[in-house]
Amino acid sequence: MALLEVKDLKVRVEEREILHGLTLTVNEGEIHAIMGPNGSGKSTLSHVIAGKPGYEVTDGQILFRGEDLLEMSPDMRAAKGVFLAFQYPVEIPGVATMNFLRTALNAQRKARGEDEYSTPDFLKKVREVSKSLNIPQDMLKRGVNVGFSGGEKKRNEVLQMALFEPSLCILDEMDSGLDIDALRIAADGVNALHSPKRAMVVITHYQRLLNYIVPDVVHVMSKGRVVKSGGKELALELEASGYAQFEDAA
Amino acid sequence: MNVAVAKTGKGRAVSDLFTSAEGRLPGSSAVTAVRREAFETYERLGLPHRRIEEWKYTDLRALVGEVLTLAAAPDAAALKRAADAVKAHAIDGARKLVLVDGVFAADLSDVKALASEAGFKTLRETLDKDAGLLKTASTDAVIALNAAMATDGVVLSIADGAKLSAPIQIIHIATASSASAFTRSQVTIGNDARATIVESFVAAGSKAYQVNDAVIVSVGNNADVAHIRLMDDAPDAVNVSSHFVTIGANVKFNFFNMTTGAAVSRLQGFITLAGEGSELSANGVNLLQKTEHGDTTLVVDHAVPNCVSREIFRAVIDDRAHSVFQGRIIVRPDAQKTDGKMMTRALLLSDEAEADNKPELEIFADDVSCGHGATAGALDDSLLFYLKARGLPEKQAQALLIQAFVGEAIEQIADDGLREHVIGIAEHWLERRS
Ligand SMILES: Nc1ncnc2c1ncn2[C@@H]1O[C@H](COP(=O)(O)OP(=O)(O)OP(=O)(O)O)[C@@H](O)[C@H]1O
Ligand SMILES: [Mg+2]
Repeated sequence: MALLEVKDLKVRVEEREILHGLTLTVNEGEIHAIMGPNGSGKSTLSHVIAGKPGYEVTDGQILFRGEDLLEMSPDMRAAKGVFLAFQYPVEIPGVATMNFLRTALNAQRKARGEDEYSTPDFLKKVREVSKSLNIPQDMLKRGVNVGFSGGEKKRNEVLQMALFEPSLCILDEMDSGLDIDALRIAADGVNALHSPKRAMVVITHYQRLLNYIVPDVVHVMSKGRVVKSGGKELALELEASGYAQFEDAA
Repeated sequence: MNVAVAKTGKGRAVSDLFTSAEGRLPGSSAVTAVRREAFETYERLGLPHRRIEEWKYTDLRALVGEVLTLAAAPDAAALKRAADAVKAHAIDGARKLVLVDGVFAADLSDVKALASEAGFKTLRETLDKDAGLLKTASTDAVIALNAAMATDGVVLSIADGAKLSAPIQIIHIATASSASAFTRSQVTIGNDARATIVESFVAAGSKAYQVNDAVIVSVGNNADVAHIRLMDDAPDAVNVSSHFVTIGANVKFNFFNMTTGAAVSRLQGFITLAGEGSELSANGVNLLQKTEHGDTTLVVDHAVPNCVSREIFRAVIDDRAHSVFQGRIIVRPDAQKTDGKMMTRALLLSDEAEADNKPELEIFADDVSCGHGATAGALDDSLLFYLKARGLPEKQAQALLIQAFVGEAIEQIADDGLREHVIGIAEHWLERRS
């Protein structure tokens, strides 16, 4: 059974159809890249998978391990193993990062019927993960993403991904705003999570990221559909010739 | 038994409410005369209503209607229930002074432990000699009623230079249902003294009761004072409390009010900065649900130059509850270099929740820096979604954001232990909600 199956998905936002019948299948262990011009609907797809309100699914299906994802609340999806690293992570003043991480991790574990982490175990885990991602401890004492630089916010997303150990990671432009070193560290973090049981969907505009996180499949999205899928060489092709060739196909 | 209050005040002598209580009201005949006069004032005015500007948003005639008869003095069973409530609500290490249904309960109080650090009498004792404590400059009807009806209270004096080693906690416990309690207390804090006063209002199995409390605080020069009020009366109770605070020079005064209980409540604080160089931090949180009505009204009077006042108020309003914040900053003509700021924010958790914010600046000096801000709104959907996408169920995501919201006021509490205690109260309220 596929990990994620998006079938002929049609989505409207404020009366306007954004996704016009999108189909995508992701199996365990695979890395998929989604590329496509601005406004083609990449973030919309990721939001609908994560369960963000404000999107109306008018047709189609999203199955996660065969279960209807659209029937689940966002927190339930998270507990089942869906993780979206946001293109624009929000700042949450007054909610200390550490408190948030522990509350979220334990909420997921509770929803799965697992024991909550003890404080020492939790702290140990956070320390390990943040160290590997080069995130200083004092950043974790601040409010969630408050005063973080753009790159720090992205690294905080990868930190959470590493901590929650989801089975489907969707990374929406993880590379935007990262400097070259930060990009390598974040990509290493993502690669460290890669396993035969876990799949990644990497949304990006730049072939460069795909040098670090090497995709099995590259999809091109245009105007709310997947218009072409291929191997990693497709990304290079796009880099050379742009999206114009696909505009007509859409 | 309920006693109707004269709504017009016309053609009525002193009502049953007063005559039936008179035998139980302590004081010499001079005191009785003061009480009668106060009651006549109350009768003339009646309960405050919306056409009285200060009470515009808290129409006690509509919300409360009538004042209940005085609670009977607590019997042994009542005191037993009160003892359990004291255990549940005592702050760790605090010296407790307990008033049960408006009567001081010596057996539940730490009078001995307190004696080495502060002077203590009951209101009842002071009224044997002197009616002074029943007199305030206020013309407010509920305060007049309090003067007429006050059965007891605590009268504390903290000597010059005294540094209290533990907070003093005044605990008001209601054990009698459908009855009223009237209390009046005084706290006098000397020069260079340091003190923490906590007031708690709780129920012990009682329902639909009414509390009318008044506290008169005066603070000497260079003192450092924390005053925390925790009002968690029964969900169908009424609590109307009035504070009169006069602050000397170079004082640090840290006030916080937490409202988590009562069907109808109003805290009105009248705080006068009467000595230069003082800093007032007056903050509060209302946590309201169902049809609760909670009103926090603070009048900060900068009577002298060079004082700082800061007010941060937060209201969290669920269901059909109604929160009122009225904050007035008065800057007298002489009070140059006044720095007064006030910020109030309301968080509406339901479409039917209501918030009234009324900030007012009355500035009569020209060289001042004063400002206020008020906002009301719902939880931010994008923040809620972020938390939910990370696995927090709706109520838990809301709770985290609400804690952050009220945290902005709670973090103003200077004392670490009390701040944690208040955070705990907010958490408990949020757990009850989910
Ligand atoms: N809440 C919204 N209201 C109105 N239109 C929206 C909303 N969200 C998305 N859209 C529109 O949907 C289209 C797809 O947006 P989306 O953010 O999914 O694109 P994207 O492929 O992620 O683009 P980018 O590469 O710039 O991140 C755009 O035209 C956008 O304006
Ligand atoms: Mg996008």
